[in-house]
Amino acid sequence: MARSVCILDYGSGNVKSVYNLLQELTPNVKISNSPHDMEEASHLILPGVGAFGAAMRKVKEKIPMDPLREQVFGRRKPFLGICVGMQVLATRGIEFGSHEGLGWIPGEVGELSTGEFPLPHIGWNDISVTKEAPLMRELNRGVDFYFLHSFAFRPEDPSLVLATAEYGERFCSAIHLDNIMGVQFHPEKSQRAGKILMGNFLSLEEG
Amino acid sequence: MKKKRLIPVLLLKNGMLVQSKEFKRHQNLGNPITAVRRLSEWASDEVIYLDITRDEEYDLQRDDLGTANRHSFLEIIEDVSKFTFMPITVGGKIRTLDDIERRLKLGADKISLNTAALERPEFIGEAAKEFGSQCIVISIDYKLKDGKRIVMSRGGKEPTCFGALEWARVAQESGAGELLLNSIDRDGLRNGYDIECLSAVSESVRIPVIACGGVGDWTHFGEAFDKTKVDAVAAANIFHYTDQSVYLAKKYLHQSGYCVRSPDLMVLKE
Repeated sequence: MARSVCILDYGSGNVKSVYNLLQELTPNVKISNSPHDMEEASHLILPGVGAFGAAMRKVKEKIPMDPLREQVFGRRKPFLGICVGMQVLATRGIEFGSHEGLGWIPGEVGELSTGEFPLPHIGWNDISVTKEAPLMRELNRGVDFYFLHSFAFRPEDPSLVLATAEYGERFCSAIHLDNIMGVQFHPEKSQRAGKILMGNFLSLEEG
Repeated sequence: MKKKRLIPVLLLKNGMLVQSKEFKRHQNLGNPITAVRRLSEWASDEVIYLDITRDEEYDLQRDDLGTANRHSFLEIIEDVSKFTFMPITVGGKIRTLDDIERRLKLGADKISLNTAALERPEFIGEAAKEFGSQCIVISIDYKLKDGKRIVMSRGGKEPTCFGALEWARVAQESGAGELLLNSIDRDGLRNGYDIECLSAVSESVRIPVIACGGVGDWTHFGEAFDKTKVDAVAAANIFHYTDQSVYLAKKYLHQSGYCVRSPDLMVLKE
């Protein structure tokens, strides 16, 4: 089946970089929030740069939610949230106040406890894959990804964690619940490793 | 474990890549896009683009370079992000939230503020609230005056009332996510980083500090990691004259046992 990707754009995502990486993998990539383009796409991506509250506000303002839910929960299309795009999947987030998230994966987003290490967590860090999954194929040998964040996703059900990383504390760096996935790092900035991960995501089927 | 970062800085003036000495002399090095392609292939961990074009100093003798410099800088960022899948920080002439959003949209991951933050420190907080602290880098240019490290604004031209350490703390309190600490006195002199200042600042803030200014050989990178708590080392001039410079610097650090990514792993396109 031909892959086509719809990148959702709520105005604070690093949309262009995600687009550029996907262009290397498939010619059918659109940046759009239109229900028609969501319908046409086989895969959906919610990128992210920004603070939780601001990101959620813009997601609600700019992305038509009912059509998106239909694609994700009705049609069960593979959905990937990146960085803040992953965090907003949580029930709520605590960054400049407490904010309600989309609640697609039960859990909370809170500040990393980094101990002596500087915060934000900025730079390349290796991930440990904790659960075998098609999204993490070929990435289970301590591969480095690029991180840029101060907050981490703490899911209610730890068995949903696909990979962790260590920075003062061990935190969730990739998560999935059925067809909904999220990564805390930036595949679009992670050179070769990012391309492998994105290729894995595109290889997933609906359902 | 998180790796220490090695970051080339690219200075752009009127759309061209330049070398800088003490913030005053700028020598033309050519096409910035070719340069970043090289850096990406050679294992940089990030790259910082600074637009140091000064409108009021527009150099008429270089009008063969074209005039649309303010627009072309953004076009360059857009082009660059098409083929580098690595993190980009963009600085220069950022005054409003809109300026920030535009740069992030084109593919920048972080933006660096300097003069705008010094003129109105609340701007740091406003930017952090909108885009997250993690993408707000405060660039601190400082100069020794009567034994004190004075923060300079407007591209190193105007002294401010802040000392380097004091401003670093204020920037952190205001919501900055990272500091780029650059010694103007050492810019382009190749005699090593200002270890004393890097050490003092990196000990007294919680956010990551990037060292910049004065690197003359690879051992200077190691010295900063040994003697200070900086999270990243940056340099500009040294990367432009040697073939495979970033790769060689990375190889040196990796082989000397510093916690950096291996230099051989990172080419995206095979």
